[in-house]
Amino acid sequence: MSKERIKIAPEMFDIMPEEYQDLVERATYGKDGRGWKDIGTSKELIEEHSLCAGCPESMAFRYILASLPAPEDTVMVGSTGCTSLVFPHVGVHNIHSLFGNQNAIASGLKRALSVRFPGQVKDVVVLAGDGATVDIGLDMTLQAWFRQEKFTTICFDNELYANTGGQESGLMQKGFVAKMAPVGKTFEKVKLPEIARESGCHYVVNCTVSKPNLVEKVIKNAIHVAREIGPTYLQLYTPCILEIGKNSMEGLQEMRDSEKPTERFAYKEYVSDQAKELLTELAAKEKERKAAAKKQLADKQLAGKA
Amino acid sequence: MSTMYQVLRGPEHFLPPAAASMGIRLPDPGQAHIHGKIVNEDEAMEVAARQFLSAKVPTIFPGPLVLWAWNEKAAGKATAIRHLYETLKESVTASQQAMLIPMPDYRPKYPKINPEIEINPNHPNLTIWHNKIDTCMFVGVHCHQANLSLKIIRGGTYCYTIAMCAQAGHEDAMVSFRDATADKIMKLADWVKKLKGSVEPPKD
Repeated sequence: MSKERIKIAPEMFDIMPEEYQDLVERATYGKDGRGWKDIGTSKELIEEHSLCAGCPESMAFRYILASLPAPEDTVMVGSTGCTSLVFPHVGVHNIHSLFGNQNAIASGLKRALSVRFPGQVKDVVVLAGDGATVDIGLDMTLQAWFRQEKFTTICFDNELYANTGGQESGLMQKGFVAKMAPVGKTFEKVKLPEIARESGCHYVVNCTVSKPNLVEKVIKNAIHVAREIGPTYLQLYTPCILEIGKNSMEGLQEMRDSEKPTERFAYKEYVSDQAKELLTELAAKEKERKAAAKKQLADKQLAGKA
Repeated sequence: MSTMYQVLRGPEHFLPPAAASMGIRLPDPGQAHIHGKIVNEDEAMEVAARQFLSAKVPTIFPGPLVLWAWNEKAAGKATAIRHLYETLKESVTASQQAMLIPMPDYRPKYPKINPEIEINPNHPNLTIWHNKIDTCMFVGVHCHQANLSLKIIRGGTYCYTIAMCAQAGHEDAMVSFRDATADKIMKLADWVKKLKGSVEPPKD
């Protein structure tokens, strides 16, 4: 799929539901510098969703989809969990894999896309929960990293199996008592960011989704590094407010509390030397693009006055 | 293989058998089928046109293959479908209501689709019930989704189904064409025009 192909047949335009007309006319496919600030001023690639009211995962979805550098040339791979309830509503190509199989699917997909579309940018982004990434799919997650597969793995870490009533997951914090884990977790939260770094990921970040600008930055970095260098990993805290006994409006505060410097979701980043070089280069280009856009706008305003 | 089974209007029952499993076979090029019986394509054109003209709410359901302008061929079919719809509108009486309702994609939508403006292959019966559609034609729908929808419609509604398929046709439709092109859709529009006024409109 490319932006040029997302066109409604002219004779059918008037009968298409409004959301499709909007997707074609007001979405940000193909827009340079798209980001979270487009939310509210353009058609989002996710609007209605089937998550619980106030679920931080829905915020994360909105920020991520707004930040993908090239949504028209991106395929997302999901897995079983709350995220799989959202993917049917997403305006980006996506595949639902077997539980835990997501990184294996993404490996094959990325390779097939490179063969089918040589010389074109095709991003593959895995988005799965902590059960799929760390417990059931750990083998596939790690093997993809060992093989240096060029795609981004995003883990929505809610620290338990929320969808099925609150069972213990490897990413649950030690001592936590959940509805279906009454004894409490007896061992430490698996240190997947550190494992990712040691397994060959070139860009690793552990954070919450409380700050949209930060989410945009890490998503873009992760995808660009994966495109050019090798695997990247993002572990984003998206607490399940129901399973940790919070109300709908308390998700944001929960994330803010958990990202304090001494807490388990304090911002943590690892960037390989190769990735550092690339990101510096990209930042310089972005600066140039913004300066040029600013100049163009100023010239236009000047011409308008004249 | 011969069969006694006929693909008729429903509601057949909750899970009707796939017509293929009952011995219904697909037509060869130049042919079509009516209720599972292989016929000459022209014969099926006339039957389809008569069905449209005798229905209270004759409806065309264009799918993603024609709603989106993937290429010139797709855009050409969209033009032909619009022409068929306009012809149908002009050819029916005031007591009938021709409709053109899109199936933009196949996503299961939550909490539900708006049956006034679209149809979804996972629950096509909602749109059919809501609009009281008694004859419909699928065109530009990927075969596996069309098969699913046609079976659901036959299972749970009274709607008469016509499939204008670009591949080999559909056993589960009551009338099925194959190898659909823009010309073939235009030909059906010509049949509708030709039979205008000669088919008795539905009685209330």
